[in-house]
Order: sequence, then C-alpha cells, then structure tokens
Amino acid sequence: MSEAATQDAVNASVEQPVIKMRGTGVNVFYGDKQALFDVDLDVRQHSVTALIGPSGCGKSTFLRCLNRMNDTIDICKVTGEITLDSENIYAPMIDVVELRARVGMVFQKPNPFPKSIYENIVYGPRIHGQVSTRAEMDEIVEKSLIKAGLFNEVKDRLQEPGTGLSGGQQQRLCIARAIAVSPEVILMDEPCSALDPIATAKVEELIDELRVNYTIVIVTHSMQQAARVSQRTAMFHLGKLIEEGPTDKMFTKPDHKLTQDYITGRFG
Amino acid sequence: MTDMTADKPAASTGPARSLLKVGERTRKRNAAEKRFRMLGLAAVVFGIVALLGLMTSILSNGLSSFNQTYIALDVYLDPAKLDKNGNRAPEDLRKITTFTVQPLILSAMQTMLEERELAAEGVNAKQAAALISKEAPAELRRYVIANPDQIGETVSFDLLASGRIDGYFKGRVTMESAALDRNISPEQLMLADQLKQAGLLELRFNWAFFTAPDASDTRPEAAGLGVAILGSAYMMLIVLVLSLPIGVAASIYLEEFAPKNRWTDLIEVNIANLAAVPSIVFGILGLALFINFVGLPQSAPVVGALVLTLMTLPTIIIATRAALKAVPPSIRDAALGVGASKMQAIFHHVLPLAAPGILTGAIIGLAQALGETAPLLLIGMVAFVREYPGAPPEGFFDPASALPVQVYNWTQRGDPAFIERASGAIIVLLVFLLIMNAVAILLRRRFERRW
Ligand SMILES: Nc1ncnc2c1ncn2[C@@H]1O[C@H](COP(=O)(O)OP(=O)(O)O)[C@@H](O)[C@H]1O
Ligand SMILES: [Mg+2]
Repeated sequence: MSEAATQDAVNASVEQPVIKMRGTGVNVFYGDKQALFDVDLDVRQHSVTALIGPSGCGKSTFLRCLNRMNDTIDICKVTGEITLDSENIYAPMIDVVELRARVGMVFQKPNPFPKSIYENIVYGPRIHGQVSTRAEMDEIVEKSLIKAGLFNEVKDRLQEPGTGLSGGQQQRLCIARAIAVSPEVILMDEPCSALDPIATAKVEELIDELRVNYTIVIVTHSMQQAARVSQRTAMFHLGKLIEEGPTDKMFTKPDHKLTQDYITGRFG
Repeated sequence: MTDMTADKPAASTGPARSLLKVGERTRKRNAAEKRFRMLGLAAVVFGIVALLGLMTSILSNGLSSFNQTYIALDVYLDPAKLDKNGNRAPEDLRKITTFTVQPLILSAMQTMLEERELAAEGVNAKQAAALISKEAPAELRRYVIANPDQIGETVSFDLLASGRIDGYFKGRVTMESAALDRNISPEQLMLADQLKQAGLLELRFNWAFFTAPDASDTRPEAAGLGVAILGSAYMMLIVLVLSLPIGVAASIYLEEFAPKNRWTDLIEVNIANLAAVPSIVFGILGLALFINFVGLPQSAPVVGALVLTLMTLPTIIIATRAALKAVPPSIRDAALGVGASKMQAIFHHVLPLAAPGILTGAIIGLAQALGETAPLLLIGMVAFVREYPGAPPEGFFDPASALPVQVYNWTQRGDPAFIERASGAIIVLLVFLLIMNAVAILLRRRFERRW
C-alpha cells in the first residue's frame, strides 16, 4: 500500500469514523473454559482491522463472533453485545442467515465447494434470491471474479471444478464467493497462511482494493501483513484485548510492553 | 568428523559401521517382515481357494438347472372327453380335471410310439407315458381352458420330461441307479434315448425356472423361482422405500442436529447393538408385533419387508453417519459462511458428498436383507406357495416366498433333483447380489461425476 493511500485512510477515519461493528463486553466460553474476557472492540467502516496476538489468544474466536459462526459449536456460549450498524446481532429475533449474508467469511484453508467455479460463486446469491435468471448469474460470476482479480485466470474454465485451482487461486475464489452475496463486512481468518509468498502478495493486494467498498476484519500471524494491509490493529493476549489503535502507531510506539514484545518477535 | 575451523572439511576415514554389513537386528527384522508377508499371502490364497471351491460346487451343481428336458408330443384334444356337451361353455371347461386330461397324454404317447415305430422291451404305454412329468396334465388343462376353440384339433406340445429322465440326461440318474429306483426303470431310460435320437426329446433353456412357481415333492422338474423372485423383489422394494429415507433422516438428525447428551449417547449405543442382534430375534419380534399384534397376514412380503427393514436400518444408519462424518467440516463452514442455513448446508453440500457412502451402506444393507432367511421362516414365509402374489400394492399382502427361503425349502426335499434346483436358486441369488453391487458402483460413479 502506498504512503498516500495510508494517509488518506487515516485521515478519513480521523475525520468521521463510522463504526460498522462494535463489540461491548464480549465474553466467550467453550464449556467451562473462558476464551474471551470482556472484549470491547470497534470495527470501522471501509477500513481493514487486523487482529494479532499469539496462538490461542482468541483472535479466531472473536472473529467468529462477528458473524455468529460460533453458533455451530454446541459448547460455545457468548455474552455481551456485538452490533452491526447499531443492531445487536445476538438479539433473539436476529436471523443468522440474514446476518451471514451481510457479514461474509473467508477461512484459513481455502475451502471451495467441490463444484464448478461458476457454481461456487452463484451458490450464495442464489440461496438469498439475489439472482434467478441465467443472465444475472453470468453477470454476478463475472463481477465477483473481476473484483477478486481472478477473472482473467479462470474465464475459460468456469465449468471446471474449483478444487482444481492452485491454492492461491482457490483462496481468491473463496473471496469471490464471499463478495458475490454483496456483504458489508468480510471476515478473514489467516487467509494467507496456506499460501506461498506470491499468492499471498496477490491476496494482500486484493484486500487493499476491497477496503474501498467493504469493511474487513483480518486475523493474521504475520506482522508484516498486518502492517501492509491494515489501518487499525488490535492486539489480543490470553483472551483479553490488550490494545487497539491505528496500525502505524501500534507498530511504532505501542502503549503496552506486551504489544512491543510481540511485534518485535520476543514471544508468540 | 568435520572440523569447523578447518578450511577444508576432512573426508570421513573408513566406515565405523558399514551399511553393507547386515547386522543381527536387521536380519531379524527382515525375517519378521517376510514371515508377515507370507502369512498375509497365505490368508489371501486360502480365501481365494475357499471362494473358488464354493463357486465350483455351486456352479457344477446348479448350472444344469438352467436347462430342462422337454418331450415333443402331438396331443389330440378329444372333444368326447373334454367337452361332453359340445358347447364350449366356460363353466363346463373349468370342470376339466387333470384326471380327464391324463388319458389324452397316454393315447398321444401310444400313437407317437406306434407311428415312429419306437419301443423298448418291457415298457408298456403307461410306463412310456410316465416319461412325461406329472405336471403335464395341468399344463394341458390350462391350455384347453385358455383355448377352447382348439378342442377337437391335434396340437403339438413341448411337455416337461419327468425329473428322473431330466436327471438321466444331466448325469444325475444312471442305468444302475434306475435299476434300484421304483420311479424309473433302465428300460424307460432306453426309450428316452430312442426319443432323443428321433429328435423328440431335447434339453432347452429353462425359462420356467425363473417364472414358474414352486412344485410339489413329486415333480421337481416343474419347480421354479417365480413366486420367490417376485416375493423377494416386493420385499426389497419395500425395504428400500422404508429404510433409506428413515435411515438417512435418522442419521442426519443424530449427526447434525441432535444435542450431544446422555440420551443421544444411549441411542447411539443401542443402534450399534441393534446391528449385532441375531436376525432370528427380529423374526420373533416380527411375529409378535406385526402378525400377532397388528394382525398382518402371515407369509406376506409386507411383513417380511418390515422385519428386514428393522434389520437393515442399523446398517444404513451406521454407514450414513460415517459418510456424513467423513465430509470435511470446512465444507459446512463454507456453506454457512455464505449464509446458507443449516438445512441448506446439509442438503446442498454435505449430503451429496456423503451420497456415495450412503448408497454403499444402503446396498450392503439390502444385500444382507436379500440373503436373510431366519426371520422369514418365523413369519411363515416358508409356506408352500404356488399362487403368484398380486400386483402391488395389494400384492404386498398376498402370501409369497423369498429366494433364500426357497433355497432352504428345496434342500429339505427328498428328491435329489431339488438339490440341483437349490444350487440353481443360489446362483440366481448371487446374480441378483452382483447386479445390486453393479448398480451401487454405477450410481456412485454418477454422483462423483457431478463435480
Ligand atoms: N471449538 C472449540 N472448543 C473448545 N475450545 C476451543 C474451541 N475453539 C477454540 N477454543 C479455545 O479457545 C481459545 C482461543 O482459540 P482461538 O480463538 O482459535 O485462538 P487463535 O485463533 O487466536 O489462535 C484457545 O484456548 C482454544 O483452545
Ligand atoms: Mg485461529
């Protein structure tokens, strides 16, 4: 990301930070074990928020709270409040399907459906009733693939299985699949940890482009990646949010020694 | 060792432990490996030999049942005997008995022998007519009732030869054994040889074996699998229609929706146990529940099918749950991640991926059910049934037999000709199983080709 763009983004968020999602007093329990303690974290609109911290500190857990993927784990219990556009997503009348259409997710391991590239993309919009005719489907496939920077590589083999692509292409296909349902927020859990450096660079570039239209929360183990793609960074340790702030401040003069130590690689 | 400070690494000076020398441990390990390989090979060879032995025995005994000896005979359908009133009224015709018809065959035989100048010493006309099956009069009677306009004509029939004559041409009956046999004499066999030379007697493919109903002890040559095949087909149909949806629905619920608590643990253990319950126990259950309590008819395919469904369910549930478990969780995450509901994730993604496994389980369950005998004996399916069950769905409640029960039944009969029939029935059963497996493989391919 260029210097100027960073500056713009920072300025934008300084001028009028719109809070897209806000966690207040979030506690998460897996059975008797508490994985998150009283986390308060804001996610700003049209910016990339990176979650960092040593393994097992609860980054994925927090991320999965944001679209209620934790609901699929029987023993998982969430207390506190998380809002999307000021509406509590844990309110009783909330429909998780609706929520997940607005808060999409990309996983650590690329997980395309074992179907054609075309089917992979069309599936989400179709179950949400966003497309019905062949023309609409063709359009959404093309648009999503273009946005994910994959169109030129796969336009001749849309009917071939998505599982036949390379790892990096698969991950961008998963991003295209998430984009296809027009979410407002995209959650990414270590999206590059299974990719080689070149594929990683492409995905990072893509994330930077997507920021213009979407709000992105990304978990990453790579400090360089956090520095390259994010505007804000949140540091977790042992289930607690240690500190949160603009990425360049976090990487130059963090408030906490823990953050300093982690960023400089002294533990984690 | 290389010296870290030296400019050039020194070459290793001679091996302290040579790789070329085989040590004691290595020898022992290699020997153990070799022993294990030989043991495994021996086990495989033993299995193949046993299978080959089984197949040879069944095929050598049973293949001959697919051929049957027929005797060509021109029978004069005498109106004086068949229709005394001469008006071809159906009521009158229905009164014709096999006793009325028997003399017609006798005289036809007599005429034929005279015309062809065939004779064997000490074989009178009655004994000559005994070359023909006791089933023949019944066949003739049916023909007359179906074609009353043929009365008064001479009609050519291919009539079944009696079981002993059939056995003679298949090598089961010899001159020596005939000499000791009350039912047949060597002279009759000689006459049969003459008939064969005259081209009046021949072995032909035995379609009736697949279509005819069972026959009584004295006429093994007429016994067929028609009722048994139909009964088995009806049962398989019901078992499939009941056990696949119930089994899959139960598995999906248990695997994907049910809370994990003591109750579901209990259910799980019980399903596993149910798969190990001896099949005869299911027969007793069927007898008590479906026949005595519900009051369904005995020997009916529907009862057999219900019992077999109970037996098949655990197999299908276990296989389906294994197949569902084998679908990677990342697929579920992917579907839920784009906003699919749990149902959509399961039906659009998990189930299609699990389908090959589910199908295999279902086919294995069905194959087990097809070969199951014990529970069917208990619910009366071993009865001697000559009437075909009606068309479904009413036919599901008519008495019927089943393939494995028919095999069991025939092995209990006195006449050695039934052993041949039983082996033939086993071959048919095996062919059905092979077809089911082929269908399973085809379906699996079909499903896999979709992505
Ligand atoms: N499905 C689960 N069941 C039980 N405990 C879990 C589960 N998922 C995560 N945890 C626990 O929650 C804590 C936080 O995990 P996670 O959020 O995955 O960490 P991170 O992503 O930061 O490495 C860990 O101690 C982990 O053991
Ligand atoms: Mg994680």
